[in-house]
Amino acid sequence: MLTLTFPVETPLHRLPAGLKLALLCAATVALFRIDTPATLAAIAAALAALHLALGRAIAVQALRQLRPLWPFLALLALWHGWTGDLTQGTAIALRLITAVACANLVTMTTRLTDMLATLDRLATPLARAGLPTRRLTLALALTIRFIPVLADRIDAIRTAWSARSARRPGWRILVPATLAALDEADHVAEALRARGGTG
Amino acid sequence: MERSLAHIALFAALIAVLGFVPQIMLPFGVPITAQSLGIMLCGTVLGAKRGALAVLLFLALVALGLPLLSGGRGGLGVFASPTVGFLIGFPVAAFVAGLVTEKLRSAILPAAALGAFLGGVIALYAFGIPGLALMLDKSLTEAALMVTAFLPGDLIKVALAALITQGIARMRPDALLSRG
Repeated sequence: MLTLTFPVETPLHRLPAGLKLALLCAATVALFRIDTPATLAAIAAALAALHLALGRAIAVQALRQLRPLWPFLALLALWHGWTGDLTQGTAIALRLITAVACANLVTMTTRLTDMLATLDRLATPLARAGLPTRRLTLALALTIRFIPVLADRIDAIRTAWSARSARRPGWRILVPATLAALDEADHVAEALRARGGTG
Repeated sequence: MERSLAHIALFAALIAVLGFVPQIMLPFGVPITAQSLGIMLCGTVLGAKRGALAVLLFLALVALGLPLLSGGRGGLGVFASPTVGFLIGFPVAAFVAGLVTEKLRSAILPAAALGAFLGGVIALYAFGIPGLALMLDKSLTEAALMVTAFLPGDLIKVALAALITQGIARMRPDALLSRG
């Protein structure tokens, strides 16, 4: 399974994940306290420069990840073009782009294993308080493992439908698909119990 | 215990897989995805507690950096985007959908339909609209106006969630944990 981590290592990859997450929290809180378009534009420009300094490929990837934002930016442009309050509209749009780009940058420069390790560390106090954090790790691993399995099952169901009917498989295949998830869950539960349970 | 954990993990995987299903365009250009249908199903099939936990597990994987949201989105950025309210509302939606399906002692179809509607529409929008208003600096009424385009698609999904839940109740009654 692919993750959103950028494969080419940058200096940011080497920073501890916990530090990056803390910085991201601080940056996001700060961004929502700034209202002047000029300051926000300067921050956005600095962020763009940081991306370019890390390499062209990662900057292109970052731009691609901002694409889902365009309907909202179009909406803001229309809205504020209509009300004539362009200063405020620019500030909102810049804040949005910067906040999302900051968060995406952390995701791009942090490996899944580092994220998991940080999650584990953050959960340690909870484990001491008696909460079952081992089960969380197990559940995360199970889900990652079973996403491709379920995708294959649904593909097989769709093929079976097409073999028998000229109509397109509509929502009806979601019944056997959900049943597949339920059946698979029972198998996994049995396998876990046979191996000594979830502890 | 093992059974609960396995169901939570497998339904988190189901939500993810439903995100890969290509989007269907409604007549006026609004995309609907099967992912929020998965959220409703978590509630109506697994029940309130397990349903909400399955959704939380799914969101945890998204936050960790897996591109599992429909359209291949994921990572921490989606939690800073205008739709963050809907993400926060997802587990609540599953919980409400599950609670109604569990507590309402009517036939499964109306119970699941009401649950999916109260959870997947009312509860979800109750989080999504304030989130949108906050992120885009608009009033609640203005934000509510922006999401009305998605209402028809969500109502279709409510009906589908109820029909699918009924289908499972008929084929495998003991698998329906929300009524177990």
